[in-house]
Amino acid sequence: MSDFLFEQRNTIVAFLIIGLIISLVLSIAKGRQVMATERTDLVFGNPAKALGGWYWIVTGMSFVMLIWFYFSWDAARAYNPTAANELCQVAKVENAIKPMRSQFPLDKPNLRGTDLIARDSAQLQRINNSLQTLALEHTVEAEANAIVASLTSALVDQANPVYLQSDLKTELQAIARRIDGLTAKFNDPAYPGDATADQEAAANAQPGWGDTGKEIPVLPATPLGYRYAAVADEMRGIAKDFVKLRNTNPHLLAQVADISLRIKTAQTAAKANLSLSAAEQEVHTKLYRQLNKMLKRIDDGSIFPPSTLNTVQSALVAFDQAHIAQQGGLKTFDAWMMPGGRIMAGNSACSEQGSGRWLPKPSDTLGTLARISNPDIGFKDVPLLWYRWQPVGGMIAFLFPDWIADLIPGDYPRHTQDGQINSNFKSNVRDFVTGNYDSFTIPVPMGHMWDSIVRVVTGLFFGIILGVPLGLFMGLSRFAKGFFDPMVELYRPVPPLAWAPLILTIFGIQDDGKIFLLFMVAFAIMVVSARTGATGTQLSKIHAAHSLGASHHQILRKVILPNSLPEILTGIRISIGVCWGTLVAAEMLAGTTGIGFVENVARKQSDYEVIWVTIIILGVLGLMFDLIMRSVINRTIPWRGKG
Amino acid sequence: MSDLVSDNLNMQFTTPSGLVVHALKDVSFNLKKGELLSVLGPSGCGKTTLLNIIAGFLNPTGGSVKLGGSEILAPGVDRGMVFQQGALFEWLTVAQNVDFGLRMKGADPVETAKKVDEWLEIVGLAGFGDTPTYQLSGGMQQRIALARCLINDPDLILMDEPLGALDALTREKMQSLVLKIWKETGKTIMIITHSVEEALMLGERLFVMAPRPGRLHKEYRLPFAEMGLTQDPRDIKKTQHFSETREEILSMIWNMEEEIMGGGAL
Repeated sequence: MSDFLFEQRNTIVAFLIIGLIISLVLSIAKGRQVMATERTDLVFGNPAKALGGWYWIVTGMSFVMLIWFYFSWDAARAYNPTAANELCQVAKVENAIKPMRSQFPLDKPNLRGTDLIARDSAQLQRINNSLQTLALEHTVEAEANAIVASLTSALVDQANPVYLQSDLKTELQAIARRIDGLTAKFNDPAYPGDATADQEAAANAQPGWGDTGKEIPVLPATPLGYRYAAVADEMRGIAKDFVKLRNTNPHLLAQVADISLRIKTAQTAAKANLSLSAAEQEVHTKLYRQLNKMLKRIDDGSIFPPSTLNTVQSALVAFDQAHIAQQGGLKTFDAWMMPGGRIMAGNSACSEQGSGRWLPKPSDTLGTLARISNPDIGFKDVPLLWYRWQPVGGMIAFLFPDWIADLIPGDYPRHTQDGQINSNFKSNVRDFVTGNYDSFTIPVPMGHMWDSIVRVVTGLFFGIILGVPLGLFMGLSRFAKGFFDPMVELYRPVPPLAWAPLILTIFGIQDDGKIFLLFMVAFAIMVVSARTGATGTQLSKIHAAHSLGASHHQILRKVILPNSLPEILTGIRISIGVCWGTLVAAEMLAGTTGIGFVENVARKQSDYEVIWVTIIILGVLGLMFDLIMRSVINRTIPWRGKG
Repeated sequence: MSDLVSDNLNMQFTTPSGLVVHALKDVSFNLKKGELLSVLGPSGCGKTTLLNIIAGFLNPTGGSVKLGGSEILAPGVDRGMVFQQGALFEWLTVAQNVDFGLRMKGADPVETAKKVDEWLEIVGLAGFGDTPTYQLSGGMQQRIALARCLINDPDLILMDEPLGALDALTREKMQSLVLKIWKETGKTIMIITHSVEEALMLGERLFVMAPRPGRLHKEYRLPFAEMGLTQDPRDIKKTQHFSETREEILSMIWNMEEEIMGGGAL
């Protein structure tokens, strides 16, 4: 089945795209049609119906766009299976160039040196201002002022071309030339030549896009890919050499050595000054620590004179143009076909990041659902859904106590000299009562979903069985209301999840704790709704029943209970919803089975597909329960709202 | 002798603020078996309180009511009730509503089914037995309420504004039905109503009650109910006697209302 889908996906995608286009056109057409009648509807027709045109267009288009956002990845994979691999190589080039680009005003407004000067001189200014408030000795304050002034000049002097060393200039020019050379190669169609046999073998060995889970093949496999991969390799080398270049000229080094010495001297003097109190010592230590920190920021020579890097920058701009031009249609393809995310290259893998990451592909999600729906795989050794095939023998054995075999006269067989074990009647009986034989298998209910359902249904069952009579009682008897109301109202306003840690600690993480928690939830809701139903019974109905000769008991059973049914059933419907919510959270909190547990484990592993599978299961189950309740309501209380 | 005898009936309520309301004061009357009584009065004159005491839902604070010589202390099957809104059980079908009293008593189902058919026939709902009540119109619902009450064969039928929620045409038809049942079964019937015309049409005897404290103000003996069995009610309404009585009672009630409103305004 899934193989068929896989092989035919071009066709399927084509149909889906056509369907989407048709619905887009239809929603616009419908909107226009409604808009055309708006004017007449406003005057002659139904005014509420009149304003619908824009809603049709906006809602329809948003819906279609949402579908596309979700579905586009699969469409992209169907039409261009190598696109993700190529985009992965493009991402590699972007990664390689990133350390260089961050120096230049390409992705941000300022040159890095400009930012550094602005930041550091502001910081020095702040230190200078704070000196006056520290109440230092006059000479010490003067020296500190002088150190700050020297730091400022060391900072500013880095930007001065006079101190720039000529060999640094040469090296920067060499870098620019290397980038230019790479750009030329980039634009050369022949570069880097045919793939080597090793490359091709490696490319063929890796699984295709989406063939195994969600990985994108990381090694280049197309001519464009080879070119980008080769450029990325070279660019990485250039960037590595570039970031090593520092403006550590002799002038700067001399300034730094001088300042360092002066700070040290001042620090030693302060420590030796015995007239200073501990608090004053603290002030001094902090000041010199600040000055040292500033010195460390300045001494690494990462500020260059303003025009020094111009050649490298223009080389980078040219490289950028080549980088974009060489992608050709790939960029458009990326924008249209993968709007949900962006392909990023890591060290050993490429992956999709961005909003598309948490919205996994429909095919991946369904694939995961299909995989873990298999009871033999399941999730954490427990079937995901609701059954597992179990041998019948084990269940029969459960009915017989094992000691029946021991009662049979004789001994169990011993092994013979040649290592054989010959069974006798006594051992056969024991095999039977312990289920130790081959038998056919039948499906036995078990699994995460089954466990969740059983918990909800059990908790709900007890909540209804106990809550409804108590609620009716409270609705009819003033004593019951006065006596039980405070008890229920004491725990009901507390959110169920606030009880969960306490209940789960008392009862343990097994079923009973969760069932009790759900019972508490359902019980409170049922009490309140049954009470509302009972108090809502019209007096005239009770009077009528009374004068028709019904006893108190009969009135309760035949009049008040059926009359409260609408409220009770609404209460059950609400209980189911709240119970589901509470259960999932309780299972996340503690437990070893249940849909909530599955989702929590998936969350810890960032396994988006499994998270979505659990969301789908929970949604379907919630919907199913609600539909069941709705049909029950329609069958049992058809008079509601018509009485 | 299953007369309804009310002897110096008094009913006082104490409101939560401690105010004592005299709902009924010294109400005495004697209703013979087979009489048709309608009770009329401005709102707050104690009509419904009187009915509730007779039905047994309330116990009087003074005096007593006796039906057939035994004092009324609790609701019973000897008094059938018909309410303004029918007070039908929506979760039951028409037939299940009608035989409710018999089922509660545990009567023989075959007998019961036969009786139900008979009564549905009488009130003009033959064939509607399996219909859910909420699908029926207001007039039909009141017919069911009538049948439900009559099937128990009560000595006295108490009707609390039974036709108040019906449209004019249905109302007239229902009035004829009540008269027909009265004639054919010979039951004692007590009807409380807001409408003067209805009270005249459905009252062999008519009590006009006055408020504060609730008391019997005036009693009439009228021929219109008897006439209504044979003549067209519209013709009866056109007679001079009818319109004179109507005007007299209307102005009587009008004056009472004026008094209440005046007192309230000051």
